[in-house]
Amino acid sequence: MQKTAILTRFREVANAPYAYLRKLKSTTGKQMIGSTCAFTPEEFILAAGAHPFRIFGESESLSGADAHIQAYGCSMVRGMLEDGLSGKLDFADGVVFPHACDSIQRLSDIWRLNIKSLHFDVLLPVKLDTPTAKNYFVKVLQRFGKDIEKALGVHITDNALKEAVILMNNLRRRLKRLYTLQSEKPGVISGSDLAAIVKAAMVMDKQEAVTWLDELLVLLENEQGSQEKVKRILISGSVCSHPDIHQMIEDKGGVVVWDDLCSGTRYFEGIVDEEKPLVEAIAGRFTQRYVCPAKHLGVSFQMENLKKLVSTHKVDGVLFMILKFCEPFSFDYPDIKEELENMEIPFLLVEMDRHNEVDEQMRTRIDTMLEIL
Amino acid sequence: MAGRLKATKKMKSIMKWYYIEAKYARYLGKKIAWITSGGPVEPLIAMNIIPIYPENHGAMIGASKKGGKMSEFAEGLGYSSDVCSYAKNDITSSITKESPIKGGLPKPDMLICSNNICGTVLKWYEIQARKFGVPLFIYDTPFVHTEFTEEAREYVNEQTKDYIRFLEKHTGKKFDYKKMKKVGKLSLEAMRLWKNVLETAEHKPSPMTAFDAFFHLALIVTLRGKKVVVKYYKQLLKELEVRNRNNVGAVDNEKYRLLWDNLPIWFRMRWLSEKFASHGAALVADTYTQAWCGVIDYVDENDFLSTMGEAYTRIHLNVGVDQMADTIKKFIKQYDVDGLVMHSNRSCKPYSFGQYDIQNLLQDEDIPVLMIEADMTDERKFSDSQAEARIDAFMEVIKQRKKEK
Ligand code: SF4
Ligand code: SF4
Repeated sequence: MQKTAILTRFREVANAPYAYLRKLKSTTGKQMIGSTCAFTPEEFILAAGAHPFRIFGESESLSGADAHIQAYGCSMVRGMLEDGLSGKLDFADGVVFPHACDSIQRLSDIWRLNIKSLHFDVLLPVKLDTPTAKNYFVKVLQRFGKDIEKALGVHITDNALKEAVILMNNLRRRLKRLYTLQSEKPGVISGSDLAAIVKAAMVMDKQEAVTWLDELLVLLENEQGSQEKVKRILISGSVCSHPDIHQMIEDKGGVVVWDDLCSGTRYFEGIVDEEKPLVEAIAGRFTQRYVCPAKHLGVSFQMENLKKLVSTHKVDGVLFMILKFCEPFSFDYPDIKEELENMEIPFLLVEMDRHNEVDEQMRTRIDTMLEIL
Repeated sequence: MAGRLKATKKMKSIMKWYYIEAKYARYLGKKIAWITSGGPVEPLIAMNIIPIYPENHGAMIGASKKGGKMSEFAEGLGYSSDVCSYAKNDITSSITKESPIKGGLPKPDMLICSNNICGTVLKWYEIQARKFGVPLFIYDTPFVHTEFTEEAREYVNEQTKDYIRFLEKHTGKKFDYKKMKKVGKLSLEAMRLWKNVLETAEHKPSPMTAFDAFFHLALIVTLRGKKVVVKYYKQLLKELEVRNRNNVGAVDNEKYRLLWDNLPIWFRMRWLSEKFASHGAALVADTYTQAWCGVIDYVDENDFLSTMGEAYTRIHLNVGVDQMADTIKKFIKQYDVDGLVMHSNRSCKPYSFGQYDIQNLLQDEDIPVLMIEADMTDERKFSDSQAEARIDAFMEVIKQRKKEK
């Protein structure tokens, strides 16, 4: 198949994820389980024969959410709630709330009180770096497995869990390969296509995503990147699901060669060790891979991690896209900023009111930064 | 007019000596631990480590009306204008030394952070751990949306052991289990006394208001487990009981009784208290100060260490919104209140998100609710005129309803 045709398919999913899911439900009859954070152990949902997908907060208006969460909640949390309240997610059979930030905790309560569907709280530890916490992590996953079994009325066999682990690993490896290609040959794919692919992968049937990715990767392996010298950009933040950002960057001769986003690499980083006992191995992936700032993996993890990414991907400039009202991400910023200043890496902080909107001011600031680089 | 509580003076002196001791800790051979307001302080007391509460300091900064300015300084360093102002005040003060306490808080030797109040403190303590280069212990309390799971119990209990090992390592001393037993008992006794103190407000007229509670709270937060706290609350309790016997109310001619939700608005305490009093309204109870005695039933007096995990996990801010609403319902009855005042606190998301749903859950109580938009220390986020107009309107509703009843 042609590259554009494959990309179009991914884009169609990314542009209308819920329409895709509705269709998937009607064709497969699978139960649909939404998730509110990248810490959802999707393997258990797959192994239960259900379909895991990420909720994006697609809604434009937030009038329903306004009656439940004050305007000083981040647009992600308010947007997800709006999706739920407005009926956009009426196809979903249940929603998973992993312990993440304070706002998601409260979102879970509010959801449980207002939206009828299966409800799963996954009470993950906040620290990931002690034996006690790792032990607890495994038990939380075991409970999640049991909760899913009970709620969906199924039995999760070891075989099914193993298959799910392999499937998710396959998906993760391919997404990672795609990112790596972009870092090795910047411009080999447009940034907005890449963003659409990750987004689609969070929604799609995982096997289908793997197949499409295989088709795409074969083509891209043989293609060249941009012929001109590009400015290598890294985006860091919580979620940035707006394709326009990439267009803006590319118009100014930049390419996003890597990201550190919940809507990007945080979804697929880390591989579950297929040789180890399964539940421990799934937990192991979460406690070892690089994590979201709402979790603790040593006091300087985020700074060290970003420095590592900057040098691995020879980044020329960092763009912080932080959602307004997001505490975990904004608390890390000043110290990360200092590290970047020491490394003499230019950066820009863009505070976004909405994760799915780009305004003029943002555009101007990003343009200016790229011109300086 | 009831006048000031005599105990107030005593409390100021206790706090003064507490900070003086902390300032000279090094010369006294003592270590200092910074700890979050909901953190397990008793093991520190048992180890003779001086606990210091940046949140208490934040409250003092708020009360001295410096919160806005100090938050602004932190914002200049890159901290967002939308994050918790306690954290920003502390970050600022540890750089500029600006503080209501001379020289600011004494430097920590270690940091103890429990996320039972929020995830914010985790980020905040990470920042300070980097800055001071001192060890950080996290007492991680899984959220109790609906149930306290068996694995959560095991997890917190294991962490109590980790915590003790941490303290032994960083003090170079063996943990004193015998002393811990005493401290545990004293802590529980202090919590019971604090509960009794708050419950004196069931009396009509109430001998104290939430504004008094906010002030007298400092000891149960900072020094529970010490004898002086028990002694102090006994004295305070006595004074309040005398008021009750003589029917002396904190608010002259108390006509209406109100319940407060969320942290205080520290920089407008007097203004608010006078404002409500001018309507004959007393804020007789609040959800915030009750948090330090809300979990007494989970603690075993004779085995504090193995039961504190559950108690620290189930505090008001670490449970589901519906459980918070239940607590409020209980207080509405217990204190026989006519209205609920909710502080929608921009700094504190875990306390504030869910307040609308709590209102929905209170529908059967048929009680008027006022929501005040503010921040506990950042006066830039508060409008006097708006609050005044809303309070007046709310009090009108309450007066009307009381007439009709
Ligand atoms: S953007 Fe920040 S505040 Fe919002 S859900 Fe994500 S971590 Fe939480
Ligand atoms: S005010 Fe709220 S967010 Fe800030 S430290 Fe206290 S509990 Fe945490």
